[in-house]
Amino acid sequence: MSENAATAGSVPASTAVPSEQYNYEIVKKFSIAAVIWGVLGMAAGVWIASQLAWPFLNFDIAQITFGRFRPVHTTLVIFGFGGNALFATSYYIIQRTCQTRLYSDRLSLFTFYGWNLALILGVITYMAGITQGREYAEFNWQIDILIAVTWVVYFWVFLMTLLRRNQPHIYVANWFFMAFILATALLHIFNNIQVPVSLTSPHSYSLFSGVQDAMTQWWYGHNAVGFFLTAAFLGMMYYFVPKQAGRPIYSYKLSIIHFWAIIFLYMWVGAHHLHWTALPDWVSTLAATFSILLLLPSWGGMINGIMTLSGAWDKLRTDPIMLFLITALSFYGMATFEGPMMSLKSVNALSHYTDWTVGHVHSGALGWVAMITFGSLYHLIPRLWNTKIYSLRLIYIHFFLATIGIVLYIVSMWVAGIGQGLMLRAFDEYGNLAYTFTESVVFLHKPYVVRAIGGGFFLLGMLIMAFNVAMTILTAKRAEPVTDASRAPAATAS
Amino acid sequence: MAEIWNWITDLGNSKIVALLLFMSTFIVIVIYLFSNRRRSTRFESYRYIPLDDEDSHLDPHAASGDRNKGERS
Repeated sequence: MSENAATAGSVPASTAVPSEQYNYEIVKKFSIAAVIWGVLGMAAGVWIASQLAWPFLNFDIAQITFGRFRPVHTTLVIFGFGGNALFATSYYIIQRTCQTRLYSDRLSLFTFYGWNLALILGVITYMAGITQGREYAEFNWQIDILIAVTWVVYFWVFLMTLLRRNQPHIYVANWFFMAFILATALLHIFNNIQVPVSLTSPHSYSLFSGVQDAMTQWWYGHNAVGFFLTAAFLGMMYYFVPKQAGRPIYSYKLSIIHFWAIIFLYMWVGAHHLHWTALPDWVSTLAATFSILLLLPSWGGMINGIMTLSGAWDKLRTDPIMLFLITALSFYGMATFEGPMMSLKSVNALSHYTDWTVGHVHSGALGWVAMITFGSLYHLIPRLWNTKIYSLRLIYIHFFLATIGIVLYIVSMWVAGIGQGLMLRAFDEYGNLAYTFTESVVFLHKPYVVRAIGGGFFLLGMLIMAFNVAMTILTAKRAEPVTDASRAPAATAS
Repeated sequence: MAEIWNWITDLGNSKIVALLLFMSTFIVIVIYLFSNRRRSTRFESYRYIPLDDEDSHLDPHAASGDRNKGERS
């Protein structure tokens, strides 16, 4: 069964599962939204990266200055691109692995409109200067409520679909998705407990204050990385890697250990974002310890994914989608090694407040999250429209542009961050600071230019993907009437 | 018994309680996974779930756009 399944974005009509059995319309909507938000979010990212290299690009327009545009970028790529891709793939995977249709078409449609309306409102309010000022949680309190309601509906649809499954066992990918949904609900609600200024005002105050507020924010911030950007995308990985490889996952028991270890460990590590602050030292040490422990399940998961190709490495020569998926796992391994290392207090004393952190985040965000999403969407989209991908060559081009872009981005940020950290800590023989802050800013210019170029490569790849996806869908739509027409005489004759 | 309960519910001991709780649960899960050969085999059989609805057997080089270009030339 599995050996015959080598493929790269193609599906024969004869063996495809009838689309009526599953709700593919909602998956299609989320997939298209992911691609659109991906283009916009990455374009915003390249723009703000360019602003840091060439500040005149602010053009003295308040709405597009770095401070307002940065949350536009992060919101669109994390929640727009990543979020929509997760909705799409979780709705697809749960139907396929549970062999049942989604619990409710109407409720799942509500999650699509609720989620994307929140994103649109978020972008508008950020550009207007309305923000909660909490990283990755900048939405004002009214939008927070909309997101909470949407998320509860998402949970309900997912849970009820699981309960209606025709497959006795719940496949491990769904465990990751369920953990992601539950944890994100907890994180979102507790980090956004706000006291509104008034019912009509978009402004509010956090219920927490001082170091407790900082702790709550970074408990949220790092678990958004852990459960939104890691656990959920691991769910994606556990379905699409075996599916694309045409081979079962290397070890199911390892996937179970991977799941529970991640679940037990991730919740404790957020405080490593607050080393050397007013946070109690034991909390800081606890977070660093759990961060180091996280290396084991993370690498266990990476090995489980990569070893799925064991005995079939030749697929990497012939299948660009597999290239995306395996490269994503490699970046997952790299980022989850770098993260624990940076959580050590001594390393953090150098890396924190520098661009090394920005490079690390993008190693995970571009290398892991975006690459696994690209691979999954390239697998998914031809199947949803029951067609073939428009161009495999363009997938190859996308892959190499993305990889070159990531390497340029990460290396430039290592240079920038480590250089910046060393300059800010350097003392002369009299104990005075060896460099002024301005000198460190001047030093950053060249790495910032390289970073913007790297981002440009990545964005170009994303644009090519959008073109490839659009052409695939258009080709499928053009073919539809022909298929119907060819069927009509046969139906009449019979 | 009451003393143990008081110790557990004392917030000052919450770190140790949480550690014992999570660590022991995790160890139980690992033991559960590996302690029984039949159970172990059953778990490994679940690897095939994504492949149960197999739908892809075409040439990995097949792509409508590339193929069309080839046909035109």
